[in-house]
Amino acid sequence: MVPTTYYVLLSAALFVLGVLGVLLRRNAIVLFMSVELMLNAANLALVAFARERASTDGQVLVFFVITVAAAEVAVGLALLVAIFRSKRTTDVDEVHALNG
Amino acid sequence: MIQPPQIDFSVIGALTVLCVWGIALLLIDAFFIAEGQKRVTGYLALAGLAVAALVGLPSWGQSSNTFSGMVQLDGFSQTLIWIFLLAAAITIVISLDYLPRHDIEKGEYYPLVLFATAGMVLLAQSTNLIVMFLAIELVSIPLYILAGFAYPRVTSEEAAMKYLLLGAFASGFFVYGLALIYGQTGTVQLFSVDGSDSIASYLDRATLVAENNVFLFAGSALILVTLGFKVALVPFHNWTPDVYEGSPTPIAAFMSVGTKGAAFAALLRFLVQALPNLQAIWMPILAILAALTMIVGNIGALKQLNVKRMLAYSSVGHAGYITLAVITGTTLGTNAFLFYILAYTLTNLGAFAVLIALEKQGESAWSLEDLSGLWQRQPLLAVAMAIFMLSLAGVPPTMGFVGKFYIFSAAWEGGLVWLAAIGVITSAISAFFYLRIIARMFMYEPTRAEEASLSRALKVGLAVAAVAVLLLGLIPTPIIELVNNSLLVAAR
Amino acid sequence: MELAIFIITALIALVGAGAMIMSRNAVHSALFLLLNFAAIAILYLLLRAPFLFAVQLIVYTGAIMVLFLFVVMLLGAERAEDERDAIAWQKPLAIGLSVILFIEALIVSFRNGFAALPELSAEAEQIGAPETIGQVLFSKYLLPFEITSIILLVAIIGVIVLNQRRKTVS
Repeated sequence: MVPTTYYVLLSAALFVLGVLGVLLRRNAIVLFMSVELMLNAANLALVAFARERASTDGQVLVFFVITVAAAEVAVGLALLVAIFRSKRTTDVDEVHALNG
Repeated sequence: MIQPPQIDFSVIGALTVLCVWGIALLLIDAFFIAEGQKRVTGYLALAGLAVAALVGLPSWGQSSNTFSGMVQLDGFSQTLIWIFLLAAAITIVISLDYLPRHDIEKGEYYPLVLFATAGMVLLAQSTNLIVMFLAIELVSIPLYILAGFAYPRVTSEEAAMKYLLLGAFASGFFVYGLALIYGQTGTVQLFSVDGSDSIASYLDRATLVAENNVFLFAGSALILVTLGFKVALVPFHNWTPDVYEGSPTPIAAFMSVGTKGAAFAALLRFLVQALPNLQAIWMPILAILAALTMIVGNIGALKQLNVKRMLAYSSVGHAGYITLAVITGTTLGTNAFLFYILAYTLTNLGAFAVLIALEKQGESAWSLEDLSGLWQRQPLLAVAMAIFMLSLAGVPPTMGFVGKFYIFSAAWEGGLVWLAAIGVITSAISAFFYLRIIARMFMYEPTRAEEASLSRALKVGLAVAAVAVLLLGLIPTPIIELVNNSLLVAAR
Repeated sequence: MELAIFIITALIALVGAGAMIMSRNAVHSALFLLLNFAAIAILYLLLRAPFLFAVQLIVYTGAIMVLFLFVVMLLGAERAEDERDAIAWQKPLAIGLSVILFIEALIVSFRNGFAALPELSAEAEQIGAPETIGQVLFSKYLLPFEITSIILLVAIIGVIVLNQRRKTVS
């Protein structure tokens, strides 16, 4: 069997890539994709730990994370469409009306 | 066959009422309430909040859990539930006229407020990380939508987008933290009364060598980042001014008190119930963050000429004071926390309600200029605003003063003397910008001729908040007795 | 054999993720992410989670990614974004922090060791079976399950409210 550590390392790498994506990219759609990648990395770790402990709990937790991810994406994309219809852009840096 | 768990509905009474009534209200609103009559939906939502508050009465003082120990009803959560229901009620009252005035009245507004409140209630009760995660989402998703509710205004959509992107980013951290903690301990339960597996019982068994518990430490740190973002601790506070400014004003008010209170409750449960054995590690870290938060929030507020942004920075500063109460980990700290949350809820909702009274359709009235000479235009409004500002600054005889006094004495008892000192100093700094507003209102000539639009509902909301802040500041004994009886069930 | 499958799949997942954040075209990003999700689904199979394998394929690659692609196409937002970066220090800082994070993960892993897991017993092979998941979901995790239903309802309302333009345009 493949050691759990391999899976955890892979999931850490994917999580870091997701964080990088959020910090580096400015396109709101790609930002959402990066968040999805972070959630998937966490899911992979959960399933790997569940396998290590031969327990179902970790897999059930993944189920909830997937549901929430779907809900978040739906609202996020709806908001994006609404903004785009008013402004015709998806670049978060072009959002200037509010100045930090 | 599946054995359904034993369910004790008295534990999740308020949650059940809010969810069921929220769904029912959606249907009632869609089929029976005509366009333009939407304030009826608001009144019905208020009735639901009242029922949710009443179902908690019979079980007051008890402590029980249900759903395999995932939700806990104790004095602490019950008092918080009442505070959240009060916050939601005031939010709805001050929204009743705000929505039609800004032409954004839609029936879905009120059920969404109910769902967000249900999330706050659940967050105050959750003793399990996965329930905590779902509760955070149940608070956040309705608020993302409500923040973008004023959609012809682009700033509202942008505020919602900013809040959503950062919120989703933060929940990614929470889930990874949860996964790591699961990997280390094999459970996501914070603590359990019956001695079954939990993070607290794992820590009781484990030898606390950092090397053996890396996943637990890393996971806890990630979860603290998420909760820090939700309560706007420095350095995760940057989103607040923009989001508060862009959101519809009642929603900004609701976010500033409700989300903050609920996330702090989760933080307190996580630290005190799951990780009491690690207090030596998390206390210094959070103490530094609290100090930074108090300093950055109050200094940031100094240079704001926009009152709404000023209130946002001030809410960051107040997050620092509340953190002080949370990290003591003592009963006195928990009591001070509850008192302060109530004081802050009433005061801040009142202050935002004054801004709502000044706003006209399509234009904002949040600059200091707009408050000039308010005393001559609307004496009662000016007096109410003065009370709220004094309370935020912590000047007697207001609730804010008693709350700050309570928190600083809890910090003193808990050995955080230097932190209490920073708290007192930053409070003194904050007095400057709160008093500046009072000076504007009473000593300047009016620059605007228009009347503020004070509807009856808004008057009621303002009067309730102002009288409560003043009266409970003069006679705080009933509330102090209430919070003294609001015990938190702890692991040991 | 299993190790070989793991390594190949892991590489595909990493390449997919890397290409997703590098790609200048949102459609390409979405397709690379799709690749990554599919690879993770295969890892779920290796980890004895057949039910999650199916859920991953149906929900993520089937529904969520289609939604992404649909929105990208609808908005015509696949265009490359401009090169300028509003916050110049963000890029090096992000990369630096990420490298530190990942090195930490490596150190942790080497400490914890790479001991191969024992084979599961026939009974334990059932941890990911749909029946087992259903049993746990509807007993121990009944409350979270109900809460997700409310969250999904809120999301549905949100999508409708946010995109419902008023009949009388001002």
